[in-house]
Amino acid sequence: MPSICQEELIAMQRCRRGSRKAFEVFVNKYMKDAYFIALGLVGNREDALELSQEAFIRAYRNIKQVKPDRKFFPWFYQILKNLCVSHLRKRKYRRAGSLDVEGCPEVEATADCFSPEVVAARNEIKDKVWQAIGQLDEKHREVIILRHFQNMSYDKIAEALFCNKGTVTSRLYYARKKLEELLGAGKGGMPNDMP
Amino acid sequence: MTCHDWKDLMMGYLDNELDDEQKRRFEEHLKGCSECAGELKEFQKLKEITDEVTLMEPEDKIWQEYWSGVYNRIERGLGWILLSVAGIVLIIYGGFRAIEEIIKDPNVELVLKVGLLVLLVGLAILFVSVLRERIFFWTSDRYKDVRR
Repeated sequence: MPSICQEELIAMQRCRRGSRKAFEVFVNKYMKDAYFIALGLVGNREDALELSQEAFIRAYRNIKQVKPDRKFFPWFYQILKNLCVSHLRKRKYRRAGSLDVEGCPEVEATADCFSPEVVAARNEIKDKVWQAIGQLDEKHREVIILRHFQNMSYDKIAEALFCNKGTVTSRLYYARKKLEELLGAGKGGMPNDMP
Repeated sequence: MTCHDWKDLMMGYLDNELDDEQKRRFEEHLKGCSECAGELKEFQKLKEITDEVTLMEPEDKIWQEYWSGVYNRIERGLGWILLSVAGIVLIIYGGFRAIEEIIKDPNVELVLKVGLLVLLVGLAILFVSVLRERIFFWTSDRYKDVRR
């Protein structure tokens, strides 16, 4: 296990004593990661900003409960992920309710919120890929987001997800299989217009 | 070992996460397995297009105001807690004074006085019961320290 960055360790100790200035170090360091992970999980900018900030607020309120040898990011990631998942569930039920199909599991509201307008330098293929990511289930979407959008190594992903590397590779395999399927690729090869 | 058993190495190979020995083993397997070679080719194409997708950076203003947004919400949270506690204390105090006035007032009928007292006893029982349940749940929750 790599040793915890000294700066983080000191900031953690000061946070435990209630220093907001010290907590600012974490916010400034991880705000972009938090925003983009939330965006990848919920698919929309306003919600991503709101949820990422809420995750920091909850982290601040509970930082005294973190063990001293714990790294900040994996712990924070759990808070962020739980908030995003709970937000998606609420959104799903709201949508199911508004469609008058309450309790219908096939109503998938998540993909609807994966608007391609958040994709940079858009084209048809990128839009399709983004929307296909939106259709993955939560555990598969998160490994794709962490690997492709956050460029995290398998070790870092495993640390954030509290699982082993084998689970990460296995989830990535099935996530990519599903993506191929959604993009109409798979055994038959990628569509012609794809590079 | 079936092709399915190579999936972990295939992912590692694709994402450049293998050490030299694992890489050599996997490349050796690829030479004799057209199924895995085909699957890897498909994954490589998928990875290429997925890697091309990048998300739009929000305006700089968002990052500049990010911490102040978090800070203000932390501060407001404390404000809301104090406001709620003060509100509850004042309501309870006001309620008790009002009830006291009614009970002491000789012009108020006995039925109303008894009704009010019963209402108070009922509220007290409910409050104690909920509080006891919460305390019991908190002290006996085996998972409260999980993943901190």
